[in-house]
Amino acid sequence: MNIASLAPLAVVLPILGAALTFLLIRYTRAQRAVSIALLTLTLTLECWLLASVWEGGTAAVNIGGWLPPWGIVMVVDQFSSLMLVVSSAVSLAVLIYATGQGMADGDRDAPVSIFHPTYLILVAGVSNAFLSGDLFNLYVGFEILLTASYVLITLGGTGPRIRAGVTYVVVSVVSSVLFLIAIAMIYGATGTVNMADLAIKLGDLDQGTRTLLHVMLLVAFGIKAAVFPLSFWLPDSYPTAPAPVTAVFAGLLTKVGVYAMVRTETLLFPGDALNAPLMVAALLTMVVGILGALAQSDIKRLLSFTLVSHIGYMVFGLAMSTVAGLGAAVFYVAHHITIQTSLFLVTGLIERRGGSSSMDRVAGLAKLSPVLAVLFFIPAMNLAGIPPFSGFLGKLGLLQAGVELGTPLAYALVVGGVLTSLLTLLAVARVWNRAFWRKPSDAEHPDPVLLAAPEDSATGDRAGRTNVTLLPRTMVGSTLGLVVFGVALTVFAGPFFRVADQSAQQMLDRSPYIQAVLGENAPVPPAALPGQQGGGK
Amino acid sequence: MSVNLTLLTVMGALYACGIYLLLERSLTRVLLGLMLLANATNLLLLATGGYAGLAPLFNKDTPAGDYNDPLPQALILTSIVISFAVTAFMLGIIYRTWVLARQDEIQDDAEDRRVAETPSFDAEDDAVIPVETSEFPLATIKAAAEEQPGSLNVDPRPEGGGK
Repeated sequence: MNIASLAPLAVVLPILGAALTFLLIRYTRAQRAVSIALLTLTLTLECWLLASVWEGGTAAVNIGGWLPPWGIVMVVDQFSSLMLVVSSAVSLAVLIYATGQGMADGDRDAPVSIFHPTYLILVAGVSNAFLSGDLFNLYVGFEILLTASYVLITLGGTGPRIRAGVTYVVVSVVSSVLFLIAIAMIYGATGTVNMADLAIKLGDLDQGTRTLLHVMLLVAFGIKAAVFPLSFWLPDSYPTAPAPVTAVFAGLLTKVGVYAMVRTETLLFPGDALNAPLMVAALLTMVVGILGALAQSDIKRLLSFTLVSHIGYMVFGLAMSTVAGLGAAVFYVAHHITIQTSLFLVTGLIERRGGSSSMDRVAGLAKLSPVLAVLFFIPAMNLAGIPPFSGFLGKLGLLQAGVELGTPLAYALVVGGVLTSLLTLLAVARVWNRAFWRKPSDAEHPDPVLLAAPEDSATGDRAGRTNVTLLPRTMVGSTLGLVVFGVALTVFAGPFFRVADQSAQQMLDRSPYIQAVLGENAPVPPAALPGQQGGGK
Repeated sequence: MSVNLTLLTVMGALYACGIYLLLERSLTRVLLGLMLLANATNLLLLATGGYAGLAPLFNKDTPAGDYNDPLPQALILTSIVISFAVTAFMLGIIYRTWVLARQDEIQDDAEDRRVAETPSFDAEDDAVIPVETSEFPLATIKAAAEEQPGSLNVDPRPEGGGK
């Protein structure tokens, strides 16, 4: 039996876990055990899947035995299995972090009992979106993860969270409606929602209809991925949620949007029809996002803006539609999921240790907690793209691909990319200087917790601590695990880049995907449709 | 394929009203707008399934071309369930807003306002750096430190940076 036929388990296991944890809602200890065990199992399975397609195999599973293009199909290829492994690893780390936080706080602030089922549903939705080979099933995957995220972002129902939640819910629902309209139009035009089948049939439509459908899908996914000018909802809604929730949202949700954009661009609408507008959007996303980050004084908001800004890099790689560009974008997505999540987790720890996440109030953390400083410093430098970290390698790959492409717009993006990287360094250096290096007494409104710990006395380190564990071992441990995972991406960048390039090659080729779904004899359209060159803009 | 004009007109009206309501500041109206949008989209999906009067059920004698396409109806069913869940959740949020703030309006983001009002002058970056005139800077720094314990970056303004 082929291993790939186990792929639906990546969705089924978390849903099963959600059901179990919902039954165990009164037994928090059992809930924790069940959810961590099931996520670990899912991760193991996904690693296995990745191993089975590592050398370039693509496999499809027909759900319920219905043959494509009529039934729902799940497709495992290198890109989707790589995304699955990275996303599950990150969600497992965040889950452990969240249980650590729940145990340390005695579950007072948030109803953690509802957290576990919702979180597992979110993971199931993300897996479903990554695996889906069917446009409508992709929509369902999005809805599963979004509905779970609505609950998570308003967890506890405090004033600020409700306010942020309203923005988030309304924007997400509008983007989903747009996506559904696009699906209806595509179905009306071609009579299928199977993505492999669409890849063949969309080519027969006339230019105007194609462009309309293409733009609708890109706008719908652009809202989810937070691409400028559709990105304003993100920094407004993410920062108020609990730290683990923000972390997993920042890591995964926007990347699912990017994933959907990649599939749209490579599988459904190949060719460079909309590459020029996408490149302009990528440039603006990078620059506007990072300028927003520089204006912030709250670390969580600052990180939300860097998140928007770095989505621009991925869109840049995608818009080049060359193997080098797309491969670098795939690598960058994997890198960014890990790094952005670990930064948000560290910010949660900063909030616990320093009493606030505002840079006006936090100071002197380097001396108070050297561990925290190291945990922040490594991913921060990684995000800014300082050699030798994976952020540097990913950006280098993108810039190389841009120079290879050699159009004026690509050069503009190369310059924009370097500029954004430097400004990111400035932004995280500001956090470093203010939250970690300066003395608490220099802060504008220092938190009393920090002033209570005089640095010059030998026992000062203990003074600020009460019987509440400020930095529980599970939270620090899971953050550390994620940071180590980020460093591992750097150490094993060679094989990872090889897989990323291979997956880019396959996606641009399209035939492995189509043949895996529709069988060996499927008519494979040419990689880039003629008459498409030089279109757009 | 012929198209049902009534359904199309209704769909257009629903979209127009939905978008209008979505732009309101009152949350209940936003919710109504979202519901109208979802239903308009369901009608759009229905329109892709073929015109009215086609056979909906299997019958041995009906030729394949005379069947209604069942897939759009399955899609509509899914989308109805999803919009039901979202509507229920939105109602919960609206009720919560009412409990917390006694109003049914979208509120401004306080942090957004604060950042927007921040002056362009930043004490840390833009303050005048005192010119070092002494040949023995260390001594000067020590003297300054004794005068103002704990603070070497003297803020030029009385109020401090932010706010």
